Amino acid sequence: MTAAAVRRWLAPVVLGALALLGWQLFVQVSGVKPYLLPAPTAIWTQLVTVWPLVWRSALATGTNVLVGLLLGALAAVGAALLAARSRVVDALMSPTAAALAVMPIVALAPALNTMFGTTTTTPRRLIVAVVVFAPVFVNTLRGLRQVLPVHRDLLRAYAATPGQLARTVTVPGALPYLFTGLRIASSTGVIAAIVAEYFGGLQNGLGSRITAAASSSAYARAWAFVVGAIALGLVFYLVTLAAEQAVARRQGAP
Amino acid sequence: MTGGRYRALRATAYGIAALLLFCLVWELVKAVVPAAGVHVLGASVLPRTDDHAMPHVWDVVARMGRSETSARGADSVLVAMGKAGWFTLRVALAGWLVGVVAGMALAVLMARRRLAEAAVLPWVVLSQTVPLIALAPLVVGWGGRIHLGAFEWQRWMSVAAIASYLAFFPVAVGALRGLQSPTPAQTDLFRAQAAGWWRTLVSLRLPASVPYVVPALRLGAATAVVGAIVAEVSTGAPGGIGRLIISYAQSASGDPGKPWAAIVAAAALGLVAAGLVGLVGLLLRRYRYAEVSS
Amino acid sequence: MTVPTPTPAPVAPVTTHPAAAVVARGVGKTFRTRSGEVVALEGVDLTVAAGEFVSLIGPSGCGKSTLLRLVADLDEPTSGELTVFGKPPRVAREGQDYGIAFQQAGLLPWRTVRANVELPLELHGVGRRQRAARATELLEMVGLGDFAGHLPGQLSGGMQQRVAIARSLAERPSLLLMDEPFGALDEMTRERMQTELVRICAESGAAVLFVTHSIPEAVFLSHRVVVMSARPGRISQVVPISLAATASRTDGTREDSAFFADVTAVREALHGGATAARGVDLR
Repeated sequence: MTAAAVRRWLAPVVLGALALLGWQLFVQVSGVKPYLLPAPTAIWTQLVTVWPLVWRSALATGTNVLVGLLLGALAAVGAALLAARSRVVDALMSPTAAALAVMPIVALAPALNTMFGTTTTTPRRLIVAVVVFAPVFVNTLRGLRQVLPVHRDLLRAYAATPGQLARTVTVPGALPYLFTGLRIASSTGVIAAIVAEYFGGLQNGLGSRITAAASSSAYARAWAFVVGAIALGLVFYLVTLAAEQAVARRQGAP
Repeated sequence: MTGGRYRALRATAYGIAALLLFCLVWELVKAVVPAAGVHVLGASVLPRTDDHAMPHVWDVVARMGRSETSARGADSVLVAMGKAGWFTLRVALAGWLVGVVAGMALAVLMARRRLAEAAVLPWVVLSQTVPLIALAPLVVGWGGRIHLGAFEWQRWMSVAAIASYLAFFPVAVGALRGLQSPTPAQTDLFRAQAAGWWRTLVSLRLPASVPYVVPALRLGAATAVVGAIVAEVSTGAPGGIGRLIISYAQSASGDPGKPWAAIVAAAALGLVAAGLVGLVGLLLRRYRYAEVSS
Repeated sequence: MTVPTPTPAPVAPVTTHPAAAVVARGVGKTFRTRSGEVVALEGVDLTVAAGEFVSLIGPSGCGKSTLLRLVADLDEPTSGELTVFGKPPRVAREGQDYGIAFQQAGLLPWRTVRANVELPLELHGVGRRQRAARATELLEMVGLGDFAGHLPGQLSGGMQQRVAIARSLAERPSLLLMDEPFGALDEMTRERMQTELVRICAESGAAVLFVTHSIPEAVFLSHRVVVMSARPGRISQVVPISLAATASRTDGTREDSAFFADVTAVREALHGGATAARGVDLR
């Protein structure tokens, strides 16, 4: 391995290990109370103990993210296709997407719980869908607009129909952008799904478990569920990242 | 300039049109969908549309004008929304400022020391992809429990702390990308003039980073607002929007306009925070020849 | 390397006959911009005979690319009359009477080299097997037979441009429109491409309208060089090239004294462009 590669992998790993070690030592030496910061070993012990529950909760929350992600992405791609075609739709959708991106969407949670009932996962999936909409819409639209003048001229010279233009140039060209949008959206989607659970409703997800454990002063257990949440976020990130890169490679990007 | 102002006006007009359209769809759904909602295979796919679940738009607006509770001298809902919004905005702003300063500092450190970048950047990037906000219910437990001499950790500080660490990460990543954005031709020019590292930082790297930093600041502001609201919900800290959302939601059955008033307040808060960042961007517009967002 | 070339061959036919590839009569183009109207092209009269190679040369803003785009029906003239094989440009475009290549190769990066060459055939409903056969043939012709399965990103700029030229020939057009196709290439690749283009054109017998910045390139390739001047864009002079018949031009031609004489002629036409344009004004 070259020195650069060593530094690339070794440095973050060493830093992570040092941080973990420092955390452990700090908790043991200072005797800080667990409600402030439990020791990593305590969190690990709890994680092993409640593992089946962590797994089930992660599955429940993960399903919400997945369904919401698909719903939101579908709506966003549809809206982007319309906006690319119609100036009015674009003028209506683009400020809406920009506004949605800066609004705390999770605030909808209690009202959606009233609308759909607290015994269903629909409100959470809807929140994920709304959160996902803005980044996917913005990126897909950018991709659809990215048609090079030379490609536009070429297809006009070939007397291509609008459908042929879309099939051969616009849509394939927008695909990498769509997947970039999905990668960005998946992280915010996971966050939204977990946070939506802080607002009440069904008690089957990671967010609910974290609040429940914290409110019964089982702090190490709460941290164990946080570890689960982090793992869930990582899974979604890595899967969407892999998809993004696979598409980019298929599209001939270097 | 006038062209830009005209465009902004037009975008606002269309934004309002989109809002009106949404209200129209809302009323349409309310009129068409059965009051009990629609369930498919046990999953609720369309909402209940009675006046409790989906109040008329005008009822929500009218509710904002009336007083919050029946108590004598109670504020109107609109005033309560404004007060709560102002409270949360200050806390989020405090957290955002801390996060921005810390994020910029880390970015400069990473730009200065390659080892620091190699060791820290992967963690910063990773931390953006995981739900760190999940820690909110744990951080809020610190309220009233930490004492360092005369200093006592307040509940609102927990809220601000969450807002700050959420703002911190996007700013650090955006600023680092911006600091590294000057082309070799530009850095070579400074090198040829025997400009030192700090001189290059101040005269080249910082101005060049603006197109990257402004979107990061906006993203940081949005996440800081979400973080503050979620932290307020988790702590039940009084005074802010988070508290407003929870307490108004509890009165949903008897007073269906109130939960939506709280949501409107939260949405407005997000817009105001983004608008404030927009002002920062306006001050730096000389450097924003092209904006780069992730 | 100098190969003695035969004495200047007769110039290619320039007379207008019914099947002339391009006929322009008083063609003008005015663009409406924010800062007012810009006259890009004014009073252009030009005939390109079938099988003739005509280059358009001139300073930036002389409207040479605009003229090409009008012929291709990528833009519409604001005045005058333009026909391609006796038909309006739009009909010629829809009937696929011409092939086109631009300065950027403009390959679709997600399609293989072969699929890029097949694109026009695919768009016009040519069957799979015929497409494949034609693409193989064309890629062999431009010397890229071994690269059919590559993606454009894996090819050098010169190779990409060769793919673009193969693509422009896919439907055996009797007119080729080329807008500085070698403009972004290095000098050595450029000369090789020119030699290849001369060979390809001789094989296909197509008429070519070729936009370029380079005097030697225009001279080497053309039967006639149309020199244009800017503001407003118009034809200032037409220089017939006295070199050997295009098919017999080789690398050696570049060191021929006739070649230098024609280069000088075009250069003088270009530099005297201002005077010549004024002369036209007074006509």
